[in-house]
Amino acid sequence: MIKIVKRDQPSRAIFFFTPVLAIFLTLVAGGLIFFILGFKPFEALKFFFIVPIADKYGFSELLLKATPLCLIAIGLSFCFKSNNWNIGAEGQLTFGAIVSGGVALLFYEQEGFYILPIVILAGAIGGMLYASIPAILKTYFNTNEILVSLMLVYVSKLILDYLVVGPWSNPEGFNFPETRQFSDSAKLPLLFEGLRIHAGIFLALAAVVISWFVFYKTYLGFQMKVSGFSLKTARYAGYKGKKMIILVFLISGACAGLAGVGEITGPIGQLHREISPDYGFTAIIVAFLGRLHPVGIIFASLVVAITYLGAETAQIFMQIPKYTGQVFQGMILFFLLASDYLLFFKIKFIGSKK
Amino acid sequence: MHKFLIRSFVSSLVLLFTLTVAAVAKDVKAAFVYIGPTGDHGWTYQHDVGRKAVEAAGFKTTYVEGVPESADAERVLRQLANSGHDVIFTTSFGYMNPTNKVAKEFPNVKFEHATGYKREHPNVSTYAARFYEGRTILGTIAGTMTKSNVIGYVASFPIPEVIRGINSFTLAAQKVNPNIKTKIVWAFTWYDPGKEAEAAKALIDQGADVIAQHTDSTAIVQMAEKAGVYAFGQASDMDKFAPKAVLTSVENNWGPYYVDRVKAVANGTWSQKDTWHGIGDGMVVISDLDSQMPADLRSKVKKLQADLASGKVHSFTGPIYDQKGNLMVAEGKTADDGMLAGMMTYVKGVEGDIPK
Repeated sequence: MIKIVKRDQPSRAIFFFTPVLAIFLTLVAGGLIFFILGFKPFEALKFFFIVPIADKYGFSELLLKATPLCLIAIGLSFCFKSNNWNIGAEGQLTFGAIVSGGVALLFYEQEGFYILPIVILAGAIGGMLYASIPAILKTYFNTNEILVSLMLVYVSKLILDYLVVGPWSNPEGFNFPETRQFSDSAKLPLLFEGLRIHAGIFLALAAVVISWFVFYKTYLGFQMKVSGFSLKTARYAGYKGKKMIILVFLISGACAGLAGVGEITGPIGQLHREISPDYGFTAIIVAFLGRLHPVGIIFASLVVAITYLGAETAQIFMQIPKYTGQVFQGMILFFLLASDYLLFFKIKFIGSKK
Repeated sequence: MHKFLIRSFVSSLVLLFTLTVAAVAKDVKAAFVYIGPTGDHGWTYQHDVGRKAVEAAGFKTTYVEGVPESADAERVLRQLANSGHDVIFTTSFGYMNPTNKVAKEFPNVKFEHATGYKREHPNVSTYAARFYEGRTILGTIAGTMTKSNVIGYVASFPIPEVIRGINSFTLAAQKVNPNIKTKIVWAFTWYDPGKEAEAAKALIDQGADVIAQHTDSTAIVQMAEKAGVYAFGQASDMDKFAPKAVLTSVENNWGPYYVDRVKAVANGTWSQKDTWHGIGDGMVVISDLDSQMPADLRSKVKKLQADLASGKVHSFTGPIYDQKGNLMVAEGKTADDGMLAGMMTYVKGVEGDIPK
């Protein structure tokens, strides 16, 4: 007989084990789906998860893809740890990209070492400004940050549409919705000849280190943790909740804005309508898969990044529809949430005689 | 005996030839990069129909669907170029810069970019269709069929391609009915059924009884069907989605061009080109005309179609005036391709301003 018993305390070992379990279950379910669709499951999984990163170029593309995911997820972990549900990282990314892209366009055809830092800073500020809207509305008007941050995503995309179609469109570009190409001084330097991986990866790594330090070595990190467990306790302890809410949103916005900068001043090199394939939303999966832990997020961003690359490879070589990549992302989140059940409950096998 | 020898000699020659052709054909692999899903019944669907024509001609093809115009496009292109594809068709405007960038790295791979204007390397060609010719036909039908004299037009983005379509549509409608007005709603999307349906609804509420569209989903014709007004299918024959509303469709027919270009690669005769084909070359196809249209209109449309194909009629024949009444094309003249490619002003009779 099987009996389900509630745990006295969430298990710490299982806390870090369930993401691995979720990935494993995703692979099994994915293999099953491939089988049902009439593909050889192991071959399909090989094309999905091994072939795309089997060479130097593939691996560099993995890092390129993981960089924005990691950066945004680190920012989001500040919010999520402290019970602030910022769902609008995509909007903060977009607005950060708009501000930094605008600055980059101001320096059109100009060269100088000072341009790139200004462009990067502008992106961080843009993301912070945009994240401050749901933060301020939450703290002073008690609005729901989930709704506000989510709706602002669509607003930011419309602003971007307006700018690239109208005032910022390339004057030599037949009015197509895109800006001019940025000058070289406004672009992140490439790390290796022939590969697209750029200096933005250092921004992500810096965010990882700083977040680890803040989470585990500072009073702010402790405050966030307590607020995450219980807002009442936090209030009782006398923490200034409002200040913290605004701060975590600003950090989160800055990270998303920087991710946007990385895309437009890295591989894209201009502003157009589609600067992000929904990194801001996918990063939510990354943050939870990484258990809101900086190191966990690094691994999670690599795992999720590979679902993008794998989907392309699987379609090119096996004609598996590319949208299976999204199915894999959904499955990872689903199995993670489902296996979290094990955190709070344990399964006991009881002999029938007893 | 003698006859038999000759016959077997000839037949083996034929066989050898077929085998050689087959072997050559087998060697060339074509890849297609799509912006949407192959099942969108619009833009991507029609490109995939073209791809299937290439397959039917005996070539191997690969496609990748739903490739965003973000940083991802470049990786997909590089991967296709790296994995033995000889010619790659990139079927959305937003792939222009990635296409040229990757083309530079793979000089032996041919790249064909749809609707763009950059050919920075000798292995990049561009192609587009003269959809405005199809819109001349739609305008003629709309101008004849409207009773309210208000024609709605759901537009995507204010680029020359779309402005040109609005103008050619309006000019043709005015020719058969000088009192018509074309009302435009900008959806700022190529494919968003929700937004497109809203735009169509707004136009119908403003009194439009014929709706034209330059967006790709079937939402508009379905909305027209519900409201009991006429509409035209876009990209593919959309009659089955709204049998009462759809009078005809302008179909994008890429197959002949694709087969031609892949064959050129196989024969080693491929060279850089900027192709702009219309009804005459079969890249723009008019679907069956609905029986709700009066017989004389149908025969008029058939004749117009033939005249556009032969070049006897041009969609932009003067005198053409802009909204302010300035002469754009003088009497007896036709607009040249340069003017068409950069067309960014409305002709007289179009309501509103081009969004800036």
